[in-house]
Amino acid sequence: MSTGNSAVSESLGTRILLILLATLYIVLILVLPLAAVFTEAFRKGLGAFMHAVAEPDALAAIKLTVTVALISVPINMLCGIAAAWAITKHDFRGKAFLISLIDVPFSISPVVAGLMYLLLFGAQGWFGDWLTAHDIHIAFAKPGIVLATLIVTLPFVARELIPLMQSQGREEEEAALTLGAPGWRIFLWVTLPNIRWGLLYGVLLTNARAMGEFGAVSVISGHIRGETDTMPLQVEVLYNEYNFVAAFAVASLLAGLALVTLVVKSLLEWRHGDQLAASGH
Amino acid sequence: MAINSLPQDIEKPMTITVRNIVKGFGQYPALRDVSIEIEDGAFVALLGPSGSGKTTLLRIIAGLETAESGHVLFGGADVTDRPPQDRGIGFVFQNYALFRHMTVANNIAFGLKVMKRAQRPAKAVIDARVEELLGLVQLSGYGSRYPAQLSGGQRQRVALARALACDPKILLLDEPFGALDAKVRRELRAALREIHDRVGLTSIFVTHDYEEAFALADKVAILGFGKIEQFDTPEAVQTRPASDYVREFLS
Repeated sequence: MSTGNSAVSESLGTRILLILLATLYIVLILVLPLAAVFTEAFRKGLGAFMHAVAEPDALAAIKLTVTVALISVPINMLCGIAAAWAITKHDFRGKAFLISLIDVPFSISPVVAGLMYLLLFGAQGWFGDWLTAHDIHIAFAKPGIVLATLIVTLPFVARELIPLMQSQGREEEEAALTLGAPGWRIFLWVTLPNIRWGLLYGVLLTNARAMGEFGAVSVISGHIRGETDTMPLQVEVLYNEYNFVAAFAVASLLAGLALVTLVVKSLLEWRHGDQLAASGH
Repeated sequence: MAINSLPQDIEKPMTITVRNIVKGFGQYPALRDVSIEIEDGAFVALLGPSGSGKTTLLRIIAGLETAESGHVLFGGADVTDRPPQDRGIGFVFQNYALFRHMTVANNIAFGLKVMKRAQRPAKAVIDARVEELLGLVQLSGYGSRYPAQLSGGQRQRVALARALACDPKILLLDEPFGALDAKVRRELRAALREIHDRVGLTSIFVTHDYEEAFALADKVAILGFGKIEQFDTPEAVQTRPASDYVREFLS
């Protein structure tokens, strides 16, 4: 920004001070902790890092985390699209209620979310006897972890899409209707291309949260090492055992996943920037 | 024209009959017992101030809105319960409603491409039809552009071409010139009238501008508070207003 910009009325000194403050804040809150994670992970060299990551329990945690994300992200993507489509393109009774319902996972603590499933599916829970009788394991097993992840990540896609689809209105879909297109065609050819960037962002957020969720998963997983410990839980276990290098190694993998998703998103935006502009995003 | 996607029972003459349509939004009645008979080949304006129910009536004829009671008939066939896809209409929206991520050519071809496989024309036929329509709306050579790269008047021409692609017998236009400036509006008006006569359509357009309605339409239906106050030729409406409401609206 040039110094001749009339929109900036503050003096040079004030501006430099504000920029410094903002930079300091970002470095202190975001950059430094992130850097610390990676520094600690590699403190004893690459060998120690690799050893910590290749350890069977760590590998099991990584596999479990990826599996849970692979199951819960597509489910919540489809449900999120369906909810946003219903809410923005149709009128029905109880719409406002549905919108608030979607926000419930945002407003309740993840620990409570995990606890709810424990109350339903735990051995002492409502369905506990029935589940035991039929030899179905949900609490302290992988299905419980998937359920906990599902509820925590439920709002992301819908919350990302609803404002976008509201701003786009219904006219294009109505035009497609008058041109004889069946509903699924309208969705695939008209709605989906218009929301693809919002959808991508929603999916990335969902994925980041699915892999990183601690509270809800912690309650329902039962912390069985090598079985029901996801990566965030494994980090805590290792840390509590004073195994700092291993804890930070697994933590750096988690942080790395987040960074990779961000880079992928930026790359896609950069490559398809012209389409973004043309479609009015 | 070779392409005809209309359901078999909708054939000429394409009269449009609206019988006793009632529609309300919440407490507020939008249309109270509206009936109108539009003859084949007519160019009719639905004229009225905002809130008079004219757009709602047009959308009910298109099937985009459902009436609480009453019937809509095309060429004598009851289409009241038929979805918009099966009504064989063309619809033009005030804000164009072009598919923003598609080229102009793909916008125009949309109605042909979504046909059931058995009825869908071959790609070469679709391409030829798109070229023909681009010529009809005087936009030859614009096929590969995106809607964002066109002016308002050009966008509305594309929307018109798109609505005509499947060779509808009925063309419905919702304030088609509302978002355009005066000069473009006059040009497009003339083009629309010419296309209507050439293609052989029954057309209804919604407007709040009585000069536009009188300049363009064979017959004008004047709406007020959800009722049709008068339905007659522009001359008759101007010389013999049926009610104080009409007289006041035209003054």
